[in-house]
Amino acid sequence: MLEISNLIKRYGHDDPVLKGLDLSVEDNSVVAIVGASGAGKSTMLRCINRLVEPTSGSIKLNGTELVNLRHRDLRRARRKIGMVFQGFNLIDRLTVMENVLAGRLGYVSLFQAITRRYPTADIERAFVLMERVGIAHYANKRADELSGGERQRVGVVRALMQEPEVLLADEPTASLDPRTSEQIMVLLQSLASELSLPVLINIHNVAQARTYTDRIVGLRHGTMIFDGTPADFDKEALDAIYGGIESPEDESATPQAAPGKAEREIRHDQA
Amino acid sequence: MVEDADLLADRIWRRYNPREQLIRYGVMLVTLMLVVWAVRDIDIFWPWVWDAPNQISSLGARMWPPDPSRLGEIVNAMIETVHIATLATMLTIFIALPVSYIAAQNTTPNRACLWLGRFILVSSRSVNTIIWALLFVAIFGPGVLAGILAIMFRSVGFIGKLMGEAIEEIDRRPVEAMEATGASKAKVIAYAVVPQVMPAFFAIVILRWDINIRESTVLGLVGAGGIGVILQGSIDTFAWQTVATILIAIIVLVLIGEAITGLLRRKAL
Amino acid sequence: MTRPDTSRATTSRTWRKPPFIANPIMRYGMLAVVVVYLVWAFATLPFNWERISEGLPRAARIFGGGFPPSFSRFDLLLTGFTESLQIAILATLLGVLLSIPFAVMAARNIAPLPVYLVGRAVIIVSRSFHPVIVAILFVAAVGFGPLAGILTLTLYSIGFVGKLLAEEIEEIDWGQVEAMRATGAGYLATLYYAVFPQILPRQVGLSMYQLDSNLRASAVVGIVGAGGIGSTLMNAFGRYDYDFAFAILLVIIAVILVSEGVSGWVRKKIW
Repeated sequence: MLEISNLIKRYGHDDPVLKGLDLSVEDNSVVAIVGASGAGKSTMLRCINRLVEPTSGSIKLNGTELVNLRHRDLRRARRKIGMVFQGFNLIDRLTVMENVLAGRLGYVSLFQAITRRYPTADIERAFVLMERVGIAHYANKRADELSGGERQRVGVVRALMQEPEVLLADEPTASLDPRTSEQIMVLLQSLASELSLPVLINIHNVAQARTYTDRIVGLRHGTMIFDGTPADFDKEALDAIYGGIESPEDESATPQAAPGKAEREIRHDQA
Repeated sequence: MVEDADLLADRIWRRYNPREQLIRYGVMLVTLMLVVWAVRDIDIFWPWVWDAPNQISSLGARMWPPDPSRLGEIVNAMIETVHIATLATMLTIFIALPVSYIAAQNTTPNRACLWLGRFILVSSRSVNTIIWALLFVAIFGPGVLAGILAIMFRSVGFIGKLMGEAIEEIDRRPVEAMEATGASKAKVIAYAVVPQVMPAFFAIVILRWDINIRESTVLGLVGAGGIGVILQGSIDTFAWQTVATILIAIIVLVLIGEAITGLLRRKAL
Repeated sequence: MTRPDTSRATTSRTWRKPPFIANPIMRYGMLAVVVVYLVWAFATLPFNWERISEGLPRAARIFGGGFPPSFSRFDLLLTGFTESLQIAILATLLGVLLSIPFAVMAARNIAPLPVYLVGRAVIIVSRSFHPVIVAILFVAAVGFGPLAGILTLTLYSIGFVGKLLAEEIEEIDWGQVEAMRATGAGYLATLYYAVFPQILPRQVGLSMYQLDSNLRASAVVGIVGAGGIGSTLMNAFGRYDYDFAFAILLVIIAVILVSEGVSGWVRKKIW
């Protein structure tokens, strides 16, 4: 259970990027956060694991207040928050296995981390997860030899290695081609239900948001202006979120694809 | 037709516009004045200048043919020279890496460390190897230790500065990802920073080793070990033919050094 | 790399980081070579430990005598620096001018083979010798004083500028040369109109760089008697006049920093 209340973030003396957000996410639900560029989606996600320091407000993960944590406590809290990035953020020159095991960095000692002597249980978990997403045979390949979709799978497995209590995904499909981005969305959706993990996905593609998530939250200028099921997300909501803002890539996003229908991908995802 | 003629008359081709032209003349004038001042003011006895070609060619004649009788000694001194360069380069790494870490904007623990690191780098780079050697010979006496220390003190600035720049240029995103896993600072560095700067590190160390080979050939001129000691001795005793042998040996050494670094660069990177 | 653990073959797997060098003989061989080299080097180098052990008290005396640095003989310092500056200016001018014919000679695309070999040889030789060695030879030939310094740094500039310039000429746009030849221009005219305009901007920047580096080097060649501030420094050191020597060192550092800044600024303006 993730509870955000009255979250405010301002950079310097500018207008706040987030203007008092309230959001709570139940376990086992996939939430899409949609909004134009600069609406504050990315900032909100990064406030949760404190890659960005919130100016004020409260963020509670399973009852633990995250906003005031310092040093060791903060790192312990971060272990429980997995994150998947738009640019994958892999360490290109290390192998896939090392990238995956890096998800355990919060748990192992510095000596274990540097010598790569991870506990057997971690290695087993890594193999199981890599097999689950179909990249186990790449274990000793360098991360930069993989294709975009494979790299993002490494990113997802790395996040899951943390045994997270919540998964944050910041535009996880924006750097991928339409077909691969569908696959990653399917993966995130099914992992959420397998591991009963709340997942927050920042996403540009409204069609994918409607198809693969249980709930859509719309942000505009740092304020929440829509919160509801994909069924409620109509033309009016779309206009409210994107209206008057230049975002040509969303014009093509017509909300009608059924889940898992690969044949229709091309049509609704020109982004 | 008249207007056409006017237009044609206006079409005078100029390479530079008047402002650019003025700047060019100004720069040329200043350069010329500097040169005139330097030539008139410098403390040179001009007849010597006209005699210089004779003197140089007569020195060259005295060097011919090179005398190989002390070759064994020269080769030993050459090996010593290489040792000085190699050991100094290896030892420098242990100092330069921490310094580059605190002198890079994105990894430095705090502002005081940043300025300390920059101060170390600037003072190391501004003092030439041979001046460092002068200082260390005065402290530790003539010998290879002074040479090794001199090369190290100069190389710290070189390797440290370039490594610091390499650290500042890393991709931020893996760092962010490692922080998000709850990794401590040391682990973030081991996983997200070190792998990214490894290629630069090898290239920089190899480059500096090549430079250090060259630098260590002159250390002996101030008494800090290596081939320079024999060179200075031969010059002092006017053994010009031995000097010629030493000069050839230095060229060979430098070319071998360049070949090795070229090979390493291709292999390692 | 994934071999099943014999005890719990089905559930647990191990993973080791693939070694940097795959072949074990090569791997341990390299390590052995490094160790043997270090032992050899340290064992054969003639360290005079008795003399070295006196180092600390000597260092204390030197630094004690050096602080505070004394600027009482400021006129001597100024004379030394003026001479260094004059050496640097004249050597840069001569060197940059002379580097042009040598660069043309050493460029494979416009010089015939015998000429090319001569040009390359001159550049290689002048680059192989540290300026201090060249200086000591010129001092022997033409006597102590700035003339030896100018000759040294001229040769040094020819080596450095000549090499870069030759590479630049080898990379010029060949079409312009052909165009000039097509108009019936001779060899020199082709050089002047098709080659020099392409390399001139680079040459101006290089001259500034070379002036800066000659100024640094002029402080050093003086140590073996080739005039300038280096001679002043050497004299001060020789007379155990450490407070003056440190004053000179401080001024050298300051001048080098200023010169580096100015040269960088000018090059940025030009390019």
